[in-house]
Amino acid sequence: MKRQRALEKTIEATLFGAAAVSVLAVILITVFLFQSGLPLFGKVKVSEFLFSTDWAPTAATPRFGILSFIVGSFSVTGLSLLFAVPVGLAVGIYLAELAEKKNSRLIRSAVELLAGIPSVIYGLFGIAVISAASRTLFGGSGYSVLSAAIVLAIMTLPTIINVTEVSLRALPRELKEGSLALGATEWQTIGKVLVPAARSGIVAGVILGMGRAIGETMAVLMVGGNAPIMPTGLNSMVRTLTMNIITDMSYATGDHLTSLFATGIVLFAFILILNLGVQLILKRTISQVEGAAGA
Amino acid sequence: MDPRPPKFDVRHLDLWYGQTQALKDVSFSIDPNTITALIGPSGCGKSTFLRVLDRMNDLIEGVRVEGSVLYDGEDIFGDRDVIELRKRVGMVFQKPNPFPMSIWDNIAYGPRVHGVKDKKALSDLVERSLVQAALFDEVKDRLHKPALGLSGGQQQRLCIARVLAVEPDVLLMDEPTSALDPISTAKIETLLDELKRRYTIVIVTHNMQQAGRVSDRTGFFLHGELVEYAPTRDIFFNPRDERTENYISGRFG
Ligand SMILES: Nc1ncnc2c1ncn2[C@@H]1O[C@H](COP(=O)(O)OP(=O)(O)OP(=O)(O)O)[C@@H](O)[C@H]1O
Ligand SMILES: [Mg+2]
Repeated sequence: MKRQRALEKTIEATLFGAAAVSVLAVILITVFLFQSGLPLFGKVKVSEFLFSTDWAPTAATPRFGILSFIVGSFSVTGLSLLFAVPVGLAVGIYLAELAEKKNSRLIRSAVELLAGIPSVIYGLFGIAVISAASRTLFGGSGYSVLSAAIVLAIMTLPTIINVTEVSLRALPRELKEGSLALGATEWQTIGKVLVPAARSGIVAGVILGMGRAIGETMAVLMVGGNAPIMPTGLNSMVRTLTMNIITDMSYATGDHLTSLFATGIVLFAFILILNLGVQLILKRTISQVEGAAGA
Repeated sequence: MDPRPPKFDVRHLDLWYGQTQALKDVSFSIDPNTITALIGPSGCGKSTFLRVLDRMNDLIEGVRVEGSVLYDGEDIFGDRDVIELRKRVGMVFQKPNPFPMSIWDNIAYGPRVHGVKDKKALSDLVERSLVQAALFDEVKDRLHKPALGLSGGQQQRLCIARVLAVEPDVLLMDEPTSALDPISTAKIETLLDELKRRYTIVIVTHNMQQAGRVSDRTGFFLHGELVEYAPTRDIFFNPRDERTENYISGRFG
């Protein structure tokens, strides 16, 4: 009896310790990032940093404007979602509702494999296939917003497929039967009952995928072209926030180095906002059900 | 006795789930505008039988059916469109299963998928169905609130209203009150008596009193066989088969 309690106490303490470590890690990273990046704003105005497109960190009078990279990150990520969401939704729906067991098992393992491929391999694939194809089709270097977005889309696909399938499978079977029993077709049931019912999970998954896409570095670096300019179109070279940090990191010093950390702060803020968005959506759905129960 | 032809005429129906046979040579005919109760111990095939009637078993992999089921004289496994069949033959499930949308949208769902677009027509249907299901007064002020906020009994009546909105001809109900308190149950039983004038109803129940109270005829299933099918009074007071008697008097099952 006593030993039992001692054991429980130990387990509890261990778990608490583990939780504390992860919270501490987040705090440490945040503090470190801000400590290293914030000093920049003693010399450069925040508004200039965020809204100027002039990036010349090593010039005689260095200028630090990262707007091009913010736009780069968002255009590449947004475009990649434009590709990945419809495809991911379709595959997820197919896996959850339509595929025969044998097919779905095959596709699922392929998707899992896709999720496990290191991003540098995606980058190589991007260079060899996507950039090359883009070069033939649209001319230019082939290193562009479009190429980066396509590579990112393939990388975020597993997340979106998975979340869609899991959210649909989590729905009670009675929902589907209820709709079919009313004489609805399979497609009406999927489109009007099942997908809307799984909506919050799917949206959360898309935002999660988006967070991953914004943070992705290696693959986009390999196919984006990395020119520090404002992208002017799909075929234009692009530099994202992550690329900006990695490019100069190995040699930057002084304010230049600080500005890279400041770029990190911006990236961090965007990802934080996305995460909050996910939590908000999930909370709203829960309260929709709970609040309704109390109504 | 009824001069009209039967609503459902089931002949020598066998059904297998893979290798296991769940229904054995069931023959059964259901008259229009009657309430038929199906009773029997758990696992005897009542739900399976009910789900044959609107072909919900099509959804289950590995189901094989032999024999014939005529609905209004037409073979349901023949050329008849399954969508049309399910529209005419509505089903209420054991567990209330409202869609996660508003009360109004739940009820308008059926008519909408069948092509009713006019808002006014839909509103009329919604109101009429709710009135018919004896739910309107309780929800009329919150038609656009989520249906999941209703109590279990209200949800089940909502599901009945949802089926009625499609204007079916037959109502299949699989233990519709098993999850409900006595008051909600009484409400639904009263409702059944009302509905019988316009619909043919088949109800599965484990509640003997309920079968006795609401039904005209009762079928007793055991191990996939229809042991006895007779006017409810006879089943309860004058069973012909010993097994029926044993079950009714609670000796097994
Ligand atoms: N999807 C299925 N796959 C395989 N066997 C099934 C399936 N559904 C039902 N069965 C089997 O068929 C038999 C009849 O089941 P059914 O659900 O019709 O019984 P029931 O009379 O409705 O029981 P209960 O009163 O518990 O609801 C049972 O032996 C059951 O295990
Ligand atoms: Mg059952």
